[in-house]
Amino acid sequence: MNRSPYITDAPTVSVIMLKVLLALVPGIFAYTWIYGGGILVTILIATITALASEAALLKIRQRPIRPYLSDLSAVVTAWLLALALPPLAPWWLVVVGTFFAIVIAKQLYGGLGYNPFNPAMVGYAVLLISFPIIMTKWPAPLILAQTKLGFMEQLQFIFGHTLPGGVKMDAVTSATPLDYLKTQLMLKHEVSSITEAPIFGAFGAKGGEFVTTAYLLGGLYLLQQRIISWHLPTAFLGTLAAMSLVFYTVNPAHFANPLFHLMSGASMLCAFFIITDPISGPTTPRGKLYFAAGVAVLTYLIRVYGGYPDGVAFAVLLMNMCVPLIDAHTQPRVFGHTKN
Amino acid sequence: MNSIIQFATQLIRGHAAAPAAADVHKFHGGVHPNGHKLASTAQPIAKLAIPEKLVLPLRQHVGYIPKIKVSVGEHVLKGQMLAEAEGTLSAAIHAPTSGTITAIGEEVIPHPSGLPDMCITLTPDGKDAWATLTPVDWRNTDKKELVASLRASGIVGLGGATFPTHIKVRADGRSQVHTLVINAAECEPYITCDDMLMRERADEIVKGMEIVKFLLGAEHCIVGIEDNKPEATVSMTEACKSLANTSVKVVPTLYPSGDARRLIHLVLGIEIPHDKRSTDVGVQVFNVATVLAIYRYFAFGEPAVNRIVTMTGSVNKPQNFEVLFGTPLQNLIDAAGGAKTGTTHFIMGGPMMGFDLPTIEVPITKAANCIIAATPDLFAAPPPAMPCIRCARCADACPVNLQPQELYWFSKSDNFEKARDYNLFDCIECGCCSYVCPSDIPLVQYYRYAKSEIIAADKAREAADLARERNEFRLARIEREKLERAQKHAERAAAGKAESAKPENAAPEQTAAEAAKPAAMPAADDAKKAAIAAAVERAKALKAAAAQAGDAGNQPKETVAESKKPADKKPVDDEQAKKDKQALIAAAIERAKAQKLAAAQAGTTPKNVDNVSPAVQAEISEIEAIREKAKQTADTKDAD
Repeated sequence: MNRSPYITDAPTVSVIMLKVLLALVPGIFAYTWIYGGGILVTILIATITALASEAALLKIRQRPIRPYLSDLSAVVTAWLLALALPPLAPWWLVVVGTFFAIVIAKQLYGGLGYNPFNPAMVGYAVLLISFPIIMTKWPAPLILAQTKLGFMEQLQFIFGHTLPGGVKMDAVTSATPLDYLKTQLMLKHEVSSITEAPIFGAFGAKGGEFVTTAYLLGGLYLLQQRIISWHLPTAFLGTLAAMSLVFYTVNPAHFANPLFHLMSGASMLCAFFIITDPISGPTTPRGKLYFAAGVAVLTYLIRVYGGYPDGVAFAVLLMNMCVPLIDAHTQPRVFGHTKN
Repeated sequence: MNSIIQFATQLIRGHAAAPAAADVHKFHGGVHPNGHKLASTAQPIAKLAIPEKLVLPLRQHVGYIPKIKVSVGEHVLKGQMLAEAEGTLSAAIHAPTSGTITAIGEEVIPHPSGLPDMCITLTPDGKDAWATLTPVDWRNTDKKELVASLRASGIVGLGGATFPTHIKVRADGRSQVHTLVINAAECEPYITCDDMLMRERADEIVKGMEIVKFLLGAEHCIVGIEDNKPEATVSMTEACKSLANTSVKVVPTLYPSGDARRLIHLVLGIEIPHDKRSTDVGVQVFNVATVLAIYRYFAFGEPAVNRIVTMTGSVNKPQNFEVLFGTPLQNLIDAAGGAKTGTTHFIMGGPMMGFDLPTIEVPITKAANCIIAATPDLFAAPPPAMPCIRCARCADACPVNLQPQELYWFSKSDNFEKARDYNLFDCIECGCCSYVCPSDIPLVQYYRYAKSEIIAADKAREAADLARERNEFRLARIEREKLERAQKHAERAAAGKAESAKPENAAPEQTAAEAAKPAAMPAADDAKKAAIAAAVERAKALKAAAAQAGDAGNQPKETVAESKKPADKKPVDDEQAKKDKQALIAAAIERAKAQKLAAAQAGTTPKNVDNVSPAVQAEISEIEAIREKAKQTADTKDAD
């Protein structure tokens, strides 16, 4: 029997996924600090839903349950979706989104390794289209909210959709900066005056920019651990910055500056955790650059001209469709060949 | 710009990589497995005692098996040729010591298949008496003679490839080798035989380099050594001072830098085109041990009778041994202090490209550079493979810059053409991809499988083509014979008529008989030749048409219109026979022309504008039946 090589030196899939989860911890920590402990409950609901639906589908598909559950890929999907949802999202929203991500977007395509679309983003897109009002209603960061909800009050809201007596919905929610910018621009206001609103921080959203920075830290950890390659985040952030710089330079009154785009919405989460999903992304180095640049361009266009405040989910899904094409046309030159 | 990106990449990836020597040209990918080399380099090379029995497989090299020159019961001396190289790509086998041939038959050989093969068994007499050895005065001998002499030396590539050495030094008349590269990289973990050889016998190696350089007519010589062998580097650098235009180049320890193409790139910066050999760019690569063997042969007349083998892994005293070919593995294990408890099996070669020995009852051969006693602790059984997550770590590790994840996908789904498109055959099976795979997919096995399937399919296709050609020739011959018979028949009939009819009453219809008279033989000959030519033409045309129509199942017979008079009706008289025959020939030529034209219009469906007789139709279906049968035969042969 010729079964060499006999030695391996690679983190297993489980270890890779575990490191991704670990890299999310700073972001979750910042999130909890800014928006309250409700997010932990959301993550928990998503995780349980993901594991339960993954196990159920594996059983139906007659696949071994233990090795596939312990690869932790379902947990990664659950966490990413939970972090993409608005804080204090009702529990059933989390369940529906996660179920869709795991069952439809992953298991029905063949499970781990076979899903052409990023499962978390499929779940997100389904929720955004199906429940646009809930999905775009973000609670204000605790530092800005007129009424600060405690952890138990947040739980009550998540499970019963009820606020403590006397508290109005408006008192706990606020527009996200991306959303606010868009609506105010439509009212012919200028960017410089819009960003003076209290919801804007030094770079992006007040409070939110801490979460974004925490994602960046987690992403750098993944790079250092060689879990992700530099191509994707670099190309994504670079293209997003370059594109917003061009628009900003041409008309600073109407277009926000590059730093705002980098630090707002899901930019950092996308750069380090979403487009870096290897299964639904390209494999060639050049392909990764094109893919990430494509996501950045689409994200920017949807943000500026599209109907949604942020465009990461749709941009990622649209670029997922292009992956086979990108891979086929970016094959690197093989040793000893002049051109592929 | 590139260097900035590289630097940034290294920074980002947290590499603390040592800066590579400025004049080393890095290749893509590669892996850093733990070397495990220290254990077997603590002791100098020891000479293994002559065993009680030597089993010499005839197949110890790449190429044809040599022809046995001895018989059972014969007494042989050390170095005496036991089997002679047969054909160009072959190597001789010599007696590793003096003794008696006690058996010639099938024994288990060290091969992954575990199948027995032809071996010569020698029972030593303990005297170790050399045959008369004749050193070669290589400086004053014709190179052709030197190559022929090497062919009888039994020397093959001792790095593990076992390619007959004499082929590598003969002039191929196409290119001139300017640089000899000595492969001293020894990049596989555990293996240290070349390292120890360089530490202890650098002088002899360099003397061998001088000979090989002379044989090749090379001007330069570069020794490539990985930087994990400082002692060998020192001794080789010292020894190389005696040889002109020779240098030692230290390359970074990175598996698989010992792969010839990788090493040439490392030390010379030359990337050999995938469809070319190293000699096409003026470079030839030799392993250190091979060079040493060449020196021993030319200087002392000693043929290949032993080699250095690293015995390591789970043994009590890992060490390098000079082992006579044919020595039972058990003797080697015993010499290394025996296998530790828990040893489950033995691996021949390194852990990246070696293979499990089928049994301990195998001899040491020319290919055996290293034997590793394996335990589950050293080489854990891989966990069940998970699905590929397309992480492309394999692509990052591939020294050929292939896309292993794509090749895996194509191999797994039997999409072999696509696998070939993605340069499957450039894969060197080094195992880097499997080594880094987080899903523990046995990638190399998939590639081996895909390669063997493609090669088998190609062979089957070749066989089918050959069968088809043969059959078409047969059909052409049958047609020709039929025409000849018809002609003879016509001649005979004409002759009969001519006899009965009076010459002066010769009617116009008798001109045919006149033409068929012996006096008009040249004309008849011409007709025959034309008929044969026409038949051959027709066969060719049919082949072309069938090749076009075959795939789509659009057989010529389905498109032909039936209007011609059936050919099975016998011509009523000679005139008619002649006319028929001429018409047949003309029709055949016409048909052939038309079909050739149709065939020339590649991509379009052939339309048979001509009319085909039932006889021809029958022929076509016959051809198809035979072709189908040939295909089936080829398939079953393949399955066998």
